[in-house]
Amino acid sequence: MKLYNRGIIIAGIVVFLAAVTFPFWYDRGKTIAPPAIELDTPAIQKLADKRCVEDTAFMRDNHMKLLASWRESVVRKNVHTYTSKDGRVFEMGLTGSCLKCHENKSRFCDRCHDYAGVKPNCWNCHINPEEVL
Amino acid sequence: MAPTRREFLIIAGISAIGAACPPLSRIIAKETPSRGTHLPGAPGSAPALTAKRWAMVVDASKCSSDCKDCMTACHEAHNVPAIANPNHEVKWIWPERFENVFRAESHAHIQETVRKQIIPVLCNHCDNPPCVRVCPTGATFRRADGIVMMDSHRCIGCKICLAACPFGARSINFVNPRPFIRKLKADFPTRTKGVIEKCNFCEERLARGILPACVLACEEKALVFGDVEDPNSKVRQILDKKFSIRRRAELGTKPQVYYIL
Repeated sequence: MKLYNRGIIIAGIVVFLAAVTFPFWYDRGKTIAPPAIELDTPAIQKLADKRCVEDTAFMRDNHMKLLASWRESVVRKNVHTYTSKDGRVFEMGLTGSCLKCHENKSRFCDRCHDYAGVKPNCWNCHINPEEVL
Repeated sequence: MAPTRREFLIIAGISAIGAACPPLSRIIAKETPSRGTHLPGAPGSAPALTAKRWAMVVDASKCSSDCKDCMTACHEAHNVPAIANPNHEVKWIWPERFENVFRAESHAHIQETVRKQIIPVLCNHCDNPPCVRVCPTGATFRRADGIVMMDSHRCIGCKICLAACPFGARSINFVNPRPFIRKLKADFPTRTKGVIEKCNFCEERLARGILPACVLACEEKALVFGDVEDPNSKVRQILDKKFSIRRRAELGTKPQVYYIL
């Protein structure tokens, strides 16, 4: 079997494979430090009991689901308070509750979101307290 | 021994039914009552104001032509942008002349005080809201207490509600509203480009036990807010005493903003 234009075809295949596999080999061997989020805002330091609405592991995994359910409750069901698993009562709200403690969006929310490459659209409307001050 | 054709079909059928059923864990989870249910009053806040049917009475005869207190208070409280271009304008409560508010009732020989009267207009929070009926995503909906709400999270900016509302009470954000907000109020969200907005009867304030911003801002007490189903409410006391009209009531949307002139 004769392959016409052999050089161009093989070179093309090599370039194609290199481009397609680029994301796999480019970062090989490099380690990217996991994001360091800052939890020492003045509001948190003032707290006697430094606990979030739910425990850290739950919040890390499920904060987005929790926020989505808060959103449904407040906007659509007119229910404004949340009782945590251990019975504490909170007012539901992103700027009204979460950001009262986590007032450092750029060093808390953004660090993980940038690392994970997620772009939540909360901030199209909800106001980042860092911008107002 | 390999299963017969008949046995294989029986097992395959049972498996298909099993796969179609929701997992047992989810069924159990649904039956147990959720613990995060509503408790009256959030910590440190006043009890919410509730009603069977919220309504407003606007006594426009008390309004003077240069007063914009209610509008300023509302637009400040809700981060409403002040866009000069009338094509992009966003408004929740705004002044209109009689001929524009009550077009059918207006005529060439109407008394001058009425003709020149400035009337504040806002969303009528209709009992039969056409905007809700046409909304394809359920972004706008009517609450049990009558407030016609906007859920900006679900709004896709299709503008059908804009066309459906006979009162022009809805505005769409054709441009990003942020740069046009004079003073950002951090505890109320702004809107984003491509969503509809309108008066929400200050539901976020009612939840904290505070009357609407426009009502509290009016020094003449021209705006009165209350439960129209409660015969002892302020709203009913006024409606019982004075003649009131509603905007374009003939359309059958059952507006819940009553005007006195």
